[in-house]
Amino acid sequence: MKITRRIEFSSSHVCALPGRTEAENHALYGAAANPHGHGHNYALEVTIAGEPDPVTGMIVDLKEVKEILNQEVVTPFDHRHLNYEVPPFDKVVPTTENMALEIWRRLAPHFTGANGTLDLVRLYETEDLYVEYAGEPA
Amino acid sequence: MRLTRRYRFSASHRLHSDELTEAQNDATYGKCNNPYGHGHNYVLEVTVRGTVDPVTGRVHDLPALDEFVTQEIVSRYDHRNLNEQVPELAGLVPTTEVVSAVIHARLEAGWPQQWPVLDRVRIWETRNNIFEVSKEIQ
Repeated sequence: MKITRRIEFSSSHVCALPGRTEAENHALYGAAANPHGHGHNYALEVTIAGEPDPVTGMIVDLKEVKEILNQEVVTPFDHRHLNYEVPPFDKVVPTTENMALEIWRRLAPHFTGANGTLDLVRLYETEDLYVEYAGEPA
Repeated sequence: MRLTRRYRFSASHRLHSDELTEAQNDATYGKCNNPYGHGHNYVLEVTVRGTVDPVTGRVHDLPALDEFVTQEIVSRYDHRNLNEQVPELAGLVPTTEVVSAVIHARLEAGWPQQWPVLDRVRIWETRNNIFEVSKEIQ
């Protein structure tokens, strides 16, 4: 069985490679390369897989999931400029793909069997663009 | 990693099969058989599957995907009559099953070889009716 928890956070970012001109970065990332930055209301869906505990009837304690998501994602990401304030995005371009990889890295160690395993991270940058990562070789 | 992009088009259609009698058409398609047609705000989701480029941090060139899908589908379907104005639907009953299969086939046919794989096409006819097609699910 799978259970999905959804959270939201709002952040600003710039998608640009160092050492490239503004025009080159614009060709790569479009409007997201604007050097002044821009922002999104991100929505994150985190899916945990496991079997319901025979006593509690729960795969995982959702209060615990909420705390982990707050600690690992919402608190560090929400109302922050990712490039300036949230490593590794000072060095790694904060594309939605790289953000999903980083969120997977942060969350996977918290779900190691007894409280389910991390099954999928789905990150919406906007309602019209999202990525899904399930821990496969990126 | 999978990346999904959402597009929208509004179009009219009428569900009517020349193989069926008037009564059979009415029984099969109900209100959708109205001879004057009717329309929907369709939502088209295109999902690609690939690895994250270590330099750009992206699975796919989003502006290129947008251009391709807009050119092949959105600009040709938006504000059109699907029964009369979309050549690949000529002679077919434009149920959303048929429309999604035709769109999937058209995207596959023009899909540049060097791009990541086309994983899935999903279409919302209304917010309550959703159809999906992939190579595995035709």
